[in-house]
Amino acid sequence: MPMMMLKGNESTAYAAKLARVKVVPAYPITPSTVFPEKVSELIANGEMDAEFLPVESEHSALSAAIGAAATGVRTMTATASQGLAFMNEILYIASGMRLPIVMAIGNRALAAPVNIWADQQDTMMVRDSGWIHFYAETNQEALDLTIIAFKVSENENVLLPALMGMDAFVLTHTMEPVNVPEQKDVDAFLGEKEINYPVLDPSKPATFGAFVFPEHYMEFRYSQYIAMEHAKKVIDDAFEQFNKIFGRGYSKVSGFQVEDADILFITMGSMTGTARETVRKLREEGEKVGLVKITVFRPFPKDEIIEITKNAKVIAVVDRNISPGFAGAIFTEVAASFTNVKNRPKIIDFILGLGGRDIRVENYEEIYKRSKKAMRGKFEEVQWIDVDEESVKEVEGSL
Amino acid sequence: MFEIRFHGRGGQGAVTAANILATAAFLEGNDVQSFPFFGVERRGAPVEAYTRIDNKKIDIKMYIYNPDAVVVLDTSLMSKIDVLKGLKKGGYLILNTQKKPQDFNFKDYKIAVVDATEVAVGFGLGSKSAPIVNTAILGAYAKAVGNVKIESVLEAIKSSAPSRAEDNAKAAYESYNRTILGW
Repeated sequence: MPMMMLKGNESTAYAAKLARVKVVPAYPITPSTVFPEKVSELIANGEMDAEFLPVESEHSALSAAIGAAATGVRTMTATASQGLAFMNEILYIASGMRLPIVMAIGNRALAAPVNIWADQQDTMMVRDSGWIHFYAETNQEALDLTIIAFKVSENENVLLPALMGMDAFVLTHTMEPVNVPEQKDVDAFLGEKEINYPVLDPSKPATFGAFVFPEHYMEFRYSQYIAMEHAKKVIDDAFEQFNKIFGRGYSKVSGFQVEDADILFITMGSMTGTARETVRKLREEGEKVGLVKITVFRPFPKDEIIEITKNAKVIAVVDRNISPGFAGAIFTEVAASFTNVKNRPKIIDFILGLGGRDIRVENYEEIYKRSKKAMRGKFEEVQWIDVDEESVKEVEGSL
Repeated sequence: MFEIRFHGRGGQGAVTAANILATAAFLEGNDVQSFPFFGVERRGAPVEAYTRIDNKKIDIKMYIYNPDAVVVLDTSLMSKIDVLKGLKKGGYLILNTQKKPQDFNFKDYKIAVVDATEVAVGFGLGSKSAPIVNTAILGAYAKAVGNVKIESVLEAIKSSAPSRAEDNAKAAYESYNRTILGW
């Protein structure tokens, strides 16, 4: 298999090509712009056989994707931040119509103030939209998870759209060696796209996304809920099959040095690598610390989280997002997972890295220090890391 | 792990230099990363780019704060920007300049110099007023630091230069031969 030096956006473009995507409607937005650029280039060079639709907005991009997917063809787009916000209405229509669209997201902060850098607020904003969520740590994962997303989305027991998040710049604009799979192997993994859902067909007219009265609406929502539950096993199966063909293993949740760890970081996305490096460093200093990485956020891997953290005394959730009025989104999910569990660990939410503030080894060392202190005493549930608290308090007042 | 920071101005090719160096080190079997300073690039404005090289898997994804080497594509930046910031003691400083290593008073660092501008102009890379010196300066890097062979740099240029690959490779080789080491 050829190794190529690729940026994150190029990895997802190659994934689109290898998945034999047939329609790519897209509207450029930083930091995702390289995706439509690369796809256009691949099509223009004759390397990719697909229709590229340059539309006038993100709202139209996803609307066009729905139209394309409703004819039964494999469809992909990409966006970020404000673009995803603008798509919000259409996200629910895509999942409600049960169309297996895949979308790459360059995870970026939301305005105001305007900021183009890494932050996972944008996809947390669409947590409840009925899309499956994958998150990449590296550009290799961005490519692999995009291909896997098609496999899961198109499964007849799932038929839900999927997004694949990669942090702005840290992945989208960083170049890394990526093992680009052979076409025949991806063909073997994905197979020919089946028409396993109702499609637009003039010979068999049907209505899509229709008006539904109260006596039927709940059944549509319940079917989405069930489909997302089915996705749990379908994702596991897809990961296993991918590993068999490509030799790269994935799981919804994966651990590093978890067995005897008193304190566990929970991370998602590109922040994970630096956390792993910190765990190695702290282990050398004799600290009992480990790391849990979330690769799939929807469906939320509740059982896996409970199982993998069973020996931990403190869980330090790292959130690159914040829901003002409560906490970060991952904390909310992790804490809720333990609702009916008896011997639960202490769970602390650490907010950091918003709007592209660099997530450094020192930040994780600070998180570890505070978590260790919390192990034996009281602690604040939500703590901000690497933020100038004093200057904010001068304006807003202290709590 | 070996970390390099490039300083240049938008249009000189600092980001491409970081990518080509990463590619060259990758060709020698290393794991690598390269990335620009994340932001908005403008022609003529100061630009930073970074490369990480390691013989084992690179996990870390933060910025580079304490580089082992600093490469300066445009020494006019040095009056405005502290290009030495965070550079490890004994680290490499590779400068595109007509001056000699002893003309600089940085005794904590290994200084290597080359007139990459003259080399680039000689091969018609960019224009006389705005030469593209990124490939030329990489020849100096290979000579000074030596953790990436010049042959790999030339191969990386040939496989990834968007245009004029041969001239770019020749410029790198010419710089390699002209580089003056100050130690």
